[in-house]
Amino acid sequence: MGITRDSNAAMLSNYEVYQLLTELKEKRKEMVKNKHSVGQQNLNTIMYETLKYLSKTPCAHQNPDTVKEFLTAMLPHKLTKAEKLQLLNHRPQTAVEIQLMVEESEERLTEEQIDELIQKVTHVLPGDPQKEGSAGPEMETDQ
Amino acid sequence: MFVLVEMVDTVRIPPWSFHRHLNDAIAEELNKKLANKVVFNVGLCVCLHDITQLEDSYIFPGDGASHTKVHFRYVVFRPFLDEILVGKIKGCSAEGVHVSLGLFDDIVIPPESLQQPAKFDEAEQVWVWEYETDEGAHDLYMDQGEEIRFRVVDEVFIDTSPSGPGAEKEGPSAAAAPPAEPEDKQAPYTLVGSVSEPGLGLLSWWNS
Repeated sequence: MGITRDSNAAMLSNYEVYQLLTELKEKRKEMVKNKHSVGQQNLNTIMYETLKYLSKTPCAHQNPDTVKEFLTAMLPHKLTKAEKLQLLNHRPQTAVEIQLMVEESEERLTEEQIDELIQKVTHVLPGDPQKEGSAGPEMETDQ
Repeated sequence: MFVLVEMVDTVRIPPWSFHRHLNDAIAEELNKKLANKVVFNVGLCVCLHDITQLEDSYIFPGDGASHTKVHFRYVVFRPFLDEILVGKIKGCSAEGVHVSLGLFDDIVIPPESLQQPAKFDEAEQVWVWEYETDEGAHDLYMDQGEEIRFRVVDEVFIDTSPSGPGAEKEGPSAAAAPPAEPEDKQAPYTLVGSVSEPGLGLLSWWNS
């Protein structure tokens, strides 16, 4: 039976897992024979479900450059790793969401800072092109 | 939502796979063993991230297969405490609201962690948030299939390894996260959520 040496070696963003799974899917497409053997069913299931879930989250539209840009943009706000990870994974667009993800946001951030965070997040991280094209993010005023 | 876990294990490669590149054969064996399975106190294993170290392979007397000790990192689904997640409501019962993430199903939001005041509609088997405004009370239903944002407040690991001979229970398969099966089956990994804060609950409640 396996031994776990470090059960929390690193946190992964949804984008990293999405990348890994898409690459793995490509590689497996070439090895057609092995995919369907009994032992591989579990891997197929979990890959399918995870990709299905992640493709509907903001991470599906991210790339390494936007992630780097996002982390640089977050530097002045002094957020913890977990908070930055949640902002990266969820791409919050309202103040309420920011307050959920940032601990003690009333004490650490003023209203302008929260607004600034929302602006940075929606600006740096790409959103769903379909949704943004038709409806437009809540911040924008129409016309 | 995902963490990288460093593990060590001995992988057995049968002789008929000797023609394959060792790394590929090992990757396949590891995925066969761990993918979509819950490891006690670690989480739901998703897929192999990379192999960090391969030690020498040995062949033991009586077994033609090679045994290799492998150090590797695995991608594991394990949300951290207080993390915000978005899932779909699978259904409601007296125990609370059951939420699913597609890849992971055993998430429950107990009645006391729902937006208060909440009541259980027996006829429709659905939990309802009785939202009070100045105009009166609105009944907000937590219907099946709706997207819901919740906070992870607790995780429960249950060791489902088979109990030894002499025990009454028919041991369920070790370290597996199967779909709903006969009464005795306990989920090896359960998440407890909460929606009792502003911003949590059905997405439709908060999207103006």
